[in-house]
Amino acid sequence: MHKFIENSKQALMITFTMFVLCGLFYPFAVTGIAQGLFYHQANGSLVEIDSKVVGSEKLGQAFTSPEYFWGRVSSINYNVYTEEDTIPNENGETAYSGISSGTFNYAPSNPELKKRMELDITAFLQANSTVKREDIPADLLTASGSGLDPHISVKAAEIQIERIARASGLSLEEIGEIVKANTESRDLGVFGEDKVNFLKANVDLYKKMTQND
Amino acid sequence: MWQIAIVLIIYLPLVILAGHYLFRVTMQQKTWLDPVLDKVDGAIYKICGIKQVDMTGKQYVLTLILSNAFMVFIGYILLRIQSVLLLNPNDIDNMEATLSFNTIISFMTNTNLQHYSGESGLSYLSQMLVIIFMMFTSAATGYAACMAFCRRLVAKTDTLGNFFIDFVRVITRVLMPISMLVAIILVSQGSPQTLSSNKTVETIEGKFQDIALGPVASLESIKHVGTNGGGFNGANSTTPFENPTVISNIIEMLSMMLLPGACVVAFSLMVAYRKRKTIFGKQGLSIFVAMSMLFLMGLVTVYVAERTGNPIISELGISQELGSMEGKEMRFGIAQSALFTTVTTAFTTGSVNNMHDTLTPIGGLVPMFNMMLNVVFGGKGVGLMNMMMYVILTIFIACLMIGRTPQFLGKKIEEKEMKLIALCILIHPAIILLFSALAVATTTGVAGITNPGAHGLSQVLYEFASASANNGSGFEGLADNTTFWNVTTGLAMFFGRYLTIIIQLAIASLLAKKMWHGDSVGTLKTDNTTFTILLVAIVLMIGALTFLPALALGPITEHLQIYS
Repeated sequence: MHKFIENSKQALMITFTMFVLCGLFYPFAVTGIAQGLFYHQANGSLVEIDSKVVGSEKLGQAFTSPEYFWGRVSSINYNVYTEEDTIPNENGETAYSGISSGTFNYAPSNPELKKRMELDITAFLQANSTVKREDIPADLLTASGSGLDPHISVKAAEIQIERIARASGLSLEEIGEIVKANTESRDLGVFGEDKVNFLKANVDLYKKMTQND
Repeated sequence: MWQIAIVLIIYLPLVILAGHYLFRVTMQQKTWLDPVLDKVDGAIYKICGIKQVDMTGKQYVLTLILSNAFMVFIGYILLRIQSVLLLNPNDIDNMEATLSFNTIISFMTNTNLQHYSGESGLSYLSQMLVIIFMMFTSAATGYAACMAFCRRLVAKTDTLGNFFIDFVRVITRVLMPISMLVAIILVSQGSPQTLSSNKTVETIEGKFQDIALGPVASLESIKHVGTNGGGFNGANSTTPFENPTVISNIIEMLSMMLLPGACVVAFSLMVAYRKRKTIFGKQGLSIFVAMSMLFLMGLVTVYVAERTGNPIISELGISQELGSMEGKEMRFGIAQSALFTTVTTAFTTGSVNNMHDTLTPIGGLVPMFNMMLNVVFGGKGVGLMNMMMYVILTIFIACLMIGRTPQFLGKKIEEKEMKLIALCILIHPAIILLFSALAVATTTGVAGITNPGAHGLSQVLYEFASASANNGSGFEGLADNTTFWNVTTGLAMFFGRYLTIIIQLAIASLLAKKMWHGDSVGTLKTDNTTFTILLVAIVLMIGALTFLPALALGPITEHLQIYS
């Protein structure tokens, strides 16, 4: 019994010591070092235009205008919303239910997956009349895991260039250059995939368009 | 394909190095961090009144459970009152009772099943004081148990090692330094590490976007180093802030593979210790190779299945050159996703860089089967202990076939140990299958299923396999934040963790007390290729006998359906 009480005391004390060491000291120490060494990344890699923050280069956004690159399907709409989305309807629900991340979690056999993709293909072909169905890469019409994916495949960017040119008044070459500038190749030539950061590409499009105005 | 091979090749020297370091830490030998850390440890021992006395197996397990119990109790209270505590810039509310119960069991057992979503469910203080704290302590607990187990296998007495000392040493000397380093690398790749609140920005289309920030990197590193797996955000390591680049993806995979593999190396060195110095002891190597074979089989299967893609999407007439991309991230693609999926379930971490619910049926079968076996490296420490159960079982079966006395590392294996081993091997499938049966037989259980048809059963099976194996990944579609799911998976995690540890340490104590016999010509060799192959065969056979019926109704049926 005496032994048990002694062990309990040690167990309780070790719990408190570890609260301080692992729960407070460690995260604070990492925060200090990170803020000192990598200020930009540690605060979310934010993108600014004229010192106004418009997003994070690591996160995608939902783009709907024809003059911008569209990203992958997101079940949470990239946490992007308008003023109206936050006004509750008669049931007290809002279109934007607060910050989150994730995907639809449709199994490959789920009929909802097929239905969603069919609708998206039709809509995409309507908006991009020159694109053939078999040229649409699947990444563009499948949902990303996080709902925040900032990348699309190079092909998915290329098939949108014509639409963007028509809507924005920029030339095909100018847009092609923007795609090229924002293409990230495989790391060291092997790791990962070739991809385009469409958020950064859209920021470049925005800058170019405001420049021309 | 090359990128997978390169990662695995980088892993080998790292794991051997880590194994040697781990061995030195466990056996209290000199390491180069000693001058600083001896002082830190000394201070901790002094504050807590810990003395360097050896414990028996029974005392060891009791102190283990006692200290875990205190942590659970205090952690639970913190979650229930988080809204009034400090560091809550996003005004998060208190956590509901059954969800808190589930969360706290989940993190204490190193499972990290999450029925909440981090962005909206936890304050920064809870993320640090409950989640990060438990990630350290649960990993250290599992590791301490494993080392107590291994030490007893090669010892001649049951009184050795002190739980508190093992526990403290592994945190200060192994987990903390590695986590710090990994966290800084992750920040350099783009993981945020800040205490300021979430941001709302105006996009170039004039809409608003909410950006979730927080001390992400510090959680992310220990989440992988300690094979925990619970994410800062709901979507775990798929989110760009938890896993920003391919480099971070590789770092995270290596972090979670490092210590479970190192445990096997450290064990091999303990066995070889009695003889001479070596890089990788033969007994441990034969187990390591067996685990690697099971791992590679799984990896190739997932890769091929995901690369082939979903036939239903191909029918829609679009190009599926990249493979099955639903639920995956573009920066990882198929290769990095398939590798991550296999690693996270083999090493029972449970973090995900793609959504497992959306994997093709065969691609989803592999992670499920990895967790059902629960011996392919496994979570830190306990995976090796599970594998040792199979090792002894294999010796027993092999010796019966050739008519020899079963003996392992000089200790005779007799009736009492075999009964406990059989019990230990049966607990895991019993938890998975019985709870799954309960779930599909009750309306509250079925209510959680979100995908129709055979996949619905897969969701249930996956959830309980993940809970019992203390993995923590999920077929995330499952609507699991209900009283039924919170309580049943809470119990599954609890029994899966503690019953197993208690029985395994009891077996080790039994063996430790036995007489040691030298090897003779009649002794079955347990460190050669024949034994490795036999071990793999026994693991697969028992796994298949137990789980094939359930798998046939779930993923295999779904596979046949989408191809029909």
